[in-house]
Formats: sequence, C-alpha cells, structure tokens
Amino acid sequence: MSDIKKIRDEYLIKLDNNLNYESVNQIKTELFGKNGQISNSFKTLGSLPNEERKKFASDLNSIKEELQEKINSKIQEIEIKEINSKLENEKLDVTLPEREINQGKIHPVSQVIDEISSIFSEIGFSVEEGPDVENEHYNFTALNTPDNHPARDMHDTFYLDNNKEILLRTHTSPVQVRTMLNGKPPFKIIAPGRTYRSDSDQTHSPMFHQVEGLHIDKDINMGHLKGCLDYFIKSFFEVDKIKMRFRPSHFPFTEPSAEVDIGYELKDGKIVIGEGDKWLEILGCGMVHPNVLKNVNVNPDKYQGYAFGIGIDRLGMLKYGINDLRAFFETDYRWLNHFGFDPLDVPSNYRGLSR
Amino acid sequence: MKFTMSWLKEHLETKNKDTQIIDKLTDVGLEVESFENISSDLDNFKVAKIINAEKHPNADRLRVCEVDIGQQNIVKVVCGAPNAKKDLLTVYAGPGSVIPKNNMKLTVSKIRGVTSYGMLCSESELKLSDESEGITELKPSKYSDKIGKNFFKNITEKVVDLSITPNRPDCLGVRGIARDLAAAGVGKLKSTSHKNIKKDGSQNIKVSITKDKNQGCTIFGSCLIKGVTNKESPKWLKEKIESLGQKPISAIVDVTNYVMLDLNRPLHAYDADKIDKEIIVRNSKKGETFKALDNKEYKLEDEMCVISDQSGVLGLGGVIGGTRSGTELKTKNILLESAYFIPRSIRKTSKLLNIDTDAKFRFERGIDPQSIEAGLLKASQLISEICGGKISKFDIQQFKKYKNSEIKFNISLFEKITGFKVKENEIIKILKDLGFKCSKKKSELKLKIPSWRPDISQPIDIVEEIVRIKGYDNIETIEPKKNRFKDTLNKQQKLFHFLQRSIASKGYFETVTWSFTDSKINNLFKENLKEIKIVNPISSDLDVLRNSIFSNLAFYLKKNLDRGFKDISLFEIGPIFKNKNPGEQLTVIGAIKSGKISRLNWNEKERSVDIFDVKKDLIQTLIEAGYDKQNFFIRDKSPSYYHPGKSGSVYLYKDDIDPVAYFGELHPNIVKKLDIKTEGLVGFEIYLDCLKDNKIKLRDQKSHFEYSDYQKSERDFAFVVDKNYKAQDLIEIISSIDKTLIKSIKVFDIYEGENIPSGKKSIAINVTIQSSEKTLDENDLEKINKLIISTVESKSGAKIRS
Repeated sequence: MSDIKKIRDEYLIKLDNNLNYESVNQIKTELFGKNGQISNSFKTLGSLPNEERKKFASDLNSIKEELQEKINSKIQEIEIKEINSKLENEKLDVTLPEREINQGKIHPVSQVIDEISSIFSEIGFSVEEGPDVENEHYNFTALNTPDNHPARDMHDTFYLDNNKEILLRTHTSPVQVRTMLNGKPPFKIIAPGRTYRSDSDQTHSPMFHQVEGLHIDKDINMGHLKGCLDYFIKSFFEVDKIKMRFRPSHFPFTEPSAEVDIGYELKDGKIVIGEGDKWLEILGCGMVHPNVLKNVNVNPDKYQGYAFGIGIDRLGMLKYGINDLRAFFETDYRWLNHFGFDPLDVPSNYRGLSR
Repeated sequence: MKFTMSWLKEHLETKNKDTQIIDKLTDVGLEVESFENISSDLDNFKVAKIINAEKHPNADRLRVCEVDIGQQNIVKVVCGAPNAKKDLLTVYAGPGSVIPKNNMKLTVSKIRGVTSYGMLCSESELKLSDESEGITELKPSKYSDKIGKNFFKNITEKVVDLSITPNRPDCLGVRGIARDLAAAGVGKLKSTSHKNIKKDGSQNIKVSITKDKNQGCTIFGSCLIKGVTNKESPKWLKEKIESLGQKPISAIVDVTNYVMLDLNRPLHAYDADKIDKEIIVRNSKKGETFKALDNKEYKLEDEMCVISDQSGVLGLGGVIGGTRSGTELKTKNILLESAYFIPRSIRKTSKLLNIDTDAKFRFERGIDPQSIEAGLLKASQLISEICGGKISKFDIQQFKKYKNSEIKFNISLFEKITGFKVKENEIIKILKDLGFKCSKKKSELKLKIPSWRPDISQPIDIVEEIVRIKGYDNIETIEPKKNRFKDTLNKQQKLFHFLQRSIASKGYFETVTWSFTDSKINNLFKENLKEIKIVNPISSDLDVLRNSIFSNLAFYLKKNLDRGFKDISLFEIGPIFKNKNPGEQLTVIGAIKSGKISRLNWNEKERSVDIFDVKKDLIQTLIEAGYDKQNFFIRDKSPSYYHPGKSGSVYLYKDDIDPVAYFGELHPNIVKKLDIKTEGLVGFEIYLDCLKDNKIKLRDQKSHFEYSDYQKSERDFAFVVDKNYKAQDLIEIISSIDKTLIKSIKVFDIYEGENIPSGKKSIAINVTIQSSEKTLDENDLEKINKLIISTVESKSGAKIRS
C-alpha cells in the first residue's frame, strides 16, 4: 500500500512540473504501459490474501483514476497552451473588406404593382391581364368610344396599321372588356399593365403603367366605389387619414364619371400626401356605362358596378419622391440602385407594404 | 374655356363670392384649371427712361443703354433700336418677362461680350401695334412721373380657365356655365333679353343645301346686313376679347367671336359682295382647292361639306372660312351665317386636312341646333349697333328638322346607382334648371332633353346630371366587402412574380424599358420574326415593337458602360412581340451581365464574366421556381445572336420540343456592331409561356423523406473522350448505371494538353456511392467501379485514364 502511495505522490509532483506533450506521454507509459508501475501493481493483486486484496484493489483503482485524471488535465492544458501560442500568429486584419455580393434590385414600378395587388387582394380582387397590342374595338368602340368621338383625341394613340385598327392599348380598360366577355358576373378584378400614348415630357412618357379596377355585381353603387378608393389610397400611402375629393368628370365608358383628387402639402419642396390644402388629381373612375355592359353581354338591368384607372408610375413617384417619369424607363444604373427595392421586400399585408 | 366673372354675371344673378363660384364650378364637373389675372405676366413691363446710350464696343448697330427702371435702380440693356437715345421714355422688360409677341422668355444674357439685363420693347413686341421699327416711345407729358410703374394697367379682370370635358359643348359658352351654376344653387340664370330688331327686306342671296349623300350640314341660317361700316371694335368689346387673351380684329369679326364665346354659337361673316350670286352647301369633289383664312391652300377630298358659290368653294362648313369671301375693314355688305354641321362630318374633314380651329372644336362636340336664330339675332343686332347697316329677314334652310328627344326616367334608378336619396321635387327642380322639360307619371319622369345637350340620351345620363349638381359629397363611403370569387393571382402570374424576385436576388437590377425599340438594333435580335412597325412612332429610333428582350437591354447596357460602369447585371421581365395581332406576344425574362467577377479584389482572382455565371443564375432560378434539375437537359443550339460555340438552351425534360431558356455569350459581331466595350458580355432568356405548370404542388412532391445512414464512399475517375464529347452525356451514362447506389456525380476537372492525345480531352469526375441497405465493402465498391468504367467505355468510346 505504501508503495503505491509513494508512486502516486511521486507522479503527482512530477505532473505538476512544466511538461511538454512527449514527457506526459512518457509518464503515461511509465505508469500504465505494459510494464508500467500501476499496471504491475495490478498484476500483484492475485497474490494477495483475500482480506487484503479488496482493500488494495480499491486503493489502487482510486490512485489510478486520480493519476489518469491528472494526466488528462495536463494534456488538455498543454493542448490549450499550444493552440493559444498558435493563435498569436493568426491575427488577420478584420477591417479588410468582406467578399463581395451583388445586391439585386426590383424596379419601383414592379414594387408598386405588388403593393397595389396586395392591397386589393385584401378586399377580394383578383388580377387579370390583357395584351399590349389591341384592336380599336377593344380599346375604344366596346368602351363606348366610337370612331367619331372627340374623346379619342385625348388619347394619342400609337397605331400598327394604316387603317388604325391595330394599336398599342392607350389604357388598361380593354382588359375590362376581355374579362367580362370571357366570364360571367360578378367581376372583381384589377388589371395592372403597360399602356402607351404618343406623348413625352417630364410627366408624360410614351409608355407608362396603369391599373384598372372593375367591380360588377347586382348592387354595387357609387358608395362602394368611394369606399374602395378611400381604402386603397389610405393603404397605399400608409396613412390613417386622407383628404379625398370626388369631382364629376367625363369618360365615355363610365357614367356617372369622376376624377379623384387627394389632399397634399409641400414640405421642404416635397409632396406630402394626406391633409394639406392643395389638391392632386390621382385617378379617374365611375359607374360602368350600360352601353359597355351591353357590349360585353352583361345585362345592365341586372348588374352594375364601378371601374377605375390609376397611373401606377405616378403613384410610385408620389409615394417614393421620384420627380421625373421618364427616368423610370431610362435604365440608369444609378437610378435603379437608388430607387430600386430589395428583392426580399415583398409587399404584403402582414409584414407591411413598405419599410 | 376662358371667361371673366363679370361676363359670367351678365347671365347669372348671384351674390356669391368668386371663391364660392370657383369651388362650385369644380363641384359640378367644370374643372377650374386656373383663376388668375392673365396680365400678371405683364407686371414685368415697366415704364423706364434711358439715361445714357452709348455705342456697343463690339457692334456698330447696337447700343448699350443705362436705363432708369425706378426706385433708384439703373440697369444696363443692350438695344438694337435706332431710336434708343438718351432721355427717351420707353417700356422695359426685365429678365423673366415673357414677350407677348413671341412668348420668348427673357434671361440675363451676354450680347457680343456685354451683359444685358432685360430688353427695351417695340410696340409690336408688346402687341400694341405692328410698329416694329424701334422701341416704344412714350409721351413725357403722360409718363415722365411714372418711371418704374407698371406699363400695363392692371385693369384686366381675373380670368377663369375651365377644362371642359368633350361631352359638354354647352359649357363652351358662358351662358351654359351660368346655367349649370344656377342649377347648383349659385344664383339665378338671367333670361335673355329679346330686343325687337327691325328687319328690312329679305335675304336675297339664294341659299340651298344639296341632297348629297352624307350631307354634313342640316341647317343653314343667314341674314344680310347692308351698308355697314366695319371698324375697330368699341372698348367694351375689345376688352372682352382681350380679357380672354384673344386679339381683337375688327368689329364684325369680334362680334361673331363674342357671340360664339357667349352662347357657344359659332357664326361666320362673309363679305356679301364677294359671293358669286348664290350660296350652295354641298359635298366637295376630290381635287377642289381653296385658300383658307389661315392662308393655306387646301386640296379637298370627296364628301367634305363646303359652302360654295357659283365660282367655287368659299369655305369648309364649320371648320374654316376662305380668304376669297372674308370681311375686311372696307366691307360694306355682309352675309352672316349661323348653321348646324354634323359632328361626324366635321371630325372627318378636319382629321383628313389636319385643321384645328375653334369652330371645328365646337361643331365636333355638337352645337345647339336650335340656336340658329338666337345667334343671328344677337350678332346682327350688335353689328348694326356698332357698324350701322340694315338687317334683312332671316333665311333658314333646313335639310332635316331637329326635334328634342325624350326619355323616361325612373326615379329609383338614382338611388340604385348613387346609393343615396334625393327628394323627388328636388330632382325635378335640378332637371328643370338644367333646361329639361319634365312631366311626371307615377314614379317615372318624362323628360324632354334640351337641344344643347347632345351628350344626354339615356336614363344613366340623367343620374349623372342629378348627382353632379347635387354634389358628389353626398355619396356615402361604404366600407369594402372582403368577399372573393377567385385567387388573387393565377399560377402563371405567381410564377411571373416569383421569377422576378428570384433573378433580382441573384444580383441583377430590374429595369423596365419600352415595348418598342430601334429597328436597327431589333434587326440584330429578331431572328425570323416579322418586324412590327409603328405607323406613328414617337421618334425614329423607337419605330418597331421589340421582337426580342435583348435589343433594349443591350442598348441601355451600353449607355451604362458609357457612364463608366463596368460590371453590370440587368434584367427585364416583359412582353416581346411575335406579330402585330393582339395576343401574339410572349412574356420573357432577359438578363444581361458584363465586365468582370471580383474586379480589383484583394483576396480573389478577377476574371471576366462567362456563360457559366449566367448558367448558374438561370438553372438556380428554375430550381427555385420548383423545377427538378435532375430532368433538365442542355443542348448547344441557340438563336443566332448568341456566340455559336458559347451558348446553349435549357429543356425541362430531355424529350421536350421547346426549350424554356437560352444562355450564352452575345455574338461578337453584335457586340461590335453596337460598339459595346467590355471584358465579357453574357446573358440568358427565360420564356415564361414555355414553362410548364408543375401539375403536382411542391408540397406533394416532397411527401417522401428517405435517407441512408450507411457509409458513403467516393471514387474519382478520369475519362479520355473526344474533344466535342459532352459532359452531360457522361453523367447521364454513369447515373443510369445504378440509380439507387450512385447518389451524385461531380465534374471536377477538364483537361486538354500534355499526355492527352490531340482531339481528345480528359473529364475527371467524382462519384458518390451509398447503399440504403448496408455499408458497402471493398468488393462491392470494386464491382461498381468496374461497372462504371466498362459501361462508360462501351457506351461513349471513352478510355479510362490510368
């Protein structure tokens, strides 16, 4: 017993010295190797009398565990020391620039279309589309704008043939016609898309975007129209209150017709939508003209409803403070980067329309 | 439509303030564009005195004048007028002023090296007279104490400018506006005063309307005024004409214009002595010509409505008069015309000849056919008052008699459409005030439509009349209902939005470019599609619809390169056009990438963009959209605008007929033609219409989750194959050997050169093998190894590289 106690004391002291990995291994062999001192002590167990053996075995085991633990902790200590000394040589300049990632952008028009779709989705509208090239019937005649109607002059139309039968749609209203011809009422749709007029200055561009709205059912009246637009404008501009003015106007395809102004004020040269004392025209709307309903085989005595048309680019300009419409379509990398949106910014009701 | 408040009040008795009237106008649908003093621009014109005038140092004919513009301000003005002398009192226009004659806006400018602050004006420039020789000379007796004061007296009234919608021709006259205001409760419409005029003798120039097919004139009323002395209009009339920014011409012309502006009753005055015997209203014959009052000679087509005499065409009815029969100051006898022309005919003629006049604008929208006599009465009376002369009896030729149309209006329709109620007697009052004749039968009104309202033909129009006069403010705001009939987006639309953001998330800037493009660039990309010309393009370099998504992208990429950007990634999602009929369009994504990857990067080697960059983005986008990469098949066929050896097409399945996408380098010839300078130019296209709908929803595709916990093994192979042999084929051969054991195949090296025979290349691949039943031992692995080598060698002619 005193022997193994001696071994224990001796080696515990040894292990307290400053050792390297090799010398710890050496000690390990000396103790637990084939002929190690502890291994040999175990070999003596068999020759001991029964009554001593139990006690000796228990002492020996606890000394073995104690030494092993000491060795393990010594090894760990050495390893940590080694890593630590290595780390001193592994200092990077973390202020160097990170690897590059190219950030993509979504065009403001696409973003605004998604915002609009999200808003109208909340109140049950679905999205319809139609072709960019239209015939004059869908673009004008079916919309109660016959050939000799002066309202045609208000649309500077691009034509694709000399007979003026095929044209680039001047508004998204032909989608109304196509949707109603291809389906049965009720209808509750919006139709965003490209539209074209031969006009170009700071606020006009030969191509622009509109969103058409159409809600036809048995009892849809002007109050519903007002409610829908009031909801839309508030949601779009993300304000609780908005000053809105419905003014009588004229569109051949709606009767009665209205133009809608919203209140704004100028703050530091920027337009602030809401409750200012100035008016800004923002959209045209009205009750779908019975002639239009007849033209698309919907019985105007049974069904009625409203339609509206909003300039998408203009909404985007107002909401995001963009001054020049033409810049939307000029693909200036700086502009796209500045006004574009992160592709992860998907407008939705629960996450909010914009950040 | 412009008018002044005092003019309005000739028809409207009202105590309302101007601002209330202005608000009401907008409320009833007569949108006020502006209400301002049109002469406010003229405040920039000051009485000034030249205190010194010296010869310009660099120009013999110019003088440098020092001008006193009042309040101790002296400015330097360069002037070319010979009469610009010291002490002259004249009119000075400062920088910012707009010269009335040519609408030129003045700025501070250098004239031959001397800075000139503004301008000294001639009478002609101020539209005071035609005197353009020299600057205005003001009488010292009248003006010497007025230096610095406004030259134009601010006597002119504020002018209301309305934007009148095409359905309301009646409001192109002041009286019509007054009628609407009165109906809306702003005062009372004054009744027209009927002074009896003395009519002397008959109108003895014979008038006839021929019974031509599509005769554009249905009523032609006229009277003679004999023995007039045409002259400058009296002050009140001149001021009226001027208050609207128009130029007075002579009493006769001014009176006809005045009646037109007042009642929307266009008239025309002929010099009766220049009419050859009679007036014939007829259709023109192709080839007839006449000289119009705009001093242009017009060549007519068939079936245009002309007013003619025995010698030929005098004027285009309702569009423009001719010079031959025009009135002058020396005119003695006039024939006054008050007629009705059919809008469609007016529109056709003016469109064909490209003439836009005030008369045309009005007749095209529909003139009150019952205002023939009222117009003659008012104008002839005024002319004889101002110019003297005897008025003949009125001659009215009618081709077709006009009758007021009638409609029945069920009062309940109003609430059905607007959602609110208006009392029956209020409805009747509004309609009566607007000029309707009403009679009631139970809940139905029988309405006679006033002759000046060509826009009203059915009950819905009556609803609009009532609601606009009553006010849109009364319409309730009804909370939207959330009921839905269809999903917001259909599958194709969802795909559109998904792909759009998927591509943007890979570092591309989305752009939106015109649907049209430059035919010269389009030709480089249109393949065998037909060019679609725009008949009336906005400019000659936007003259066709785009056949390809690349023409505009390439054009704008170059613009950005020219701006100094180098590494550009752009994409657009939108239509391209296959042909010119509606619906013959495709939705396409086009993406384009230029320059380098890792340009000027401290820890990565820079390199030019290549097709595998765009292929990565393309394939990854398709995977994200829910298509299985395992099935994709790449072919090396692509449109001719790609580099023939560095481009390909992607098929969702090997057996598909149409590819869903192309990718590659742009053809070097095109890059050269477009003068694009960059290290690399690659792109891809995705055709959304070819992307088949995944019938099985993504969530259903993922129902089985299988995996193996047994050990994986990896084996590397290098095969020597023909140079043109495709890696895709090698992968296909290997993967089909044992689909359960072979989990993945990676190409990790392509090598040509030393130790490889010419015309050959080595493809090195790494194969991962794993069983789902057991851990494979060396034997199993050796077996599959051998199988891979023998199968590849026999199927592809490849040799394993030892």
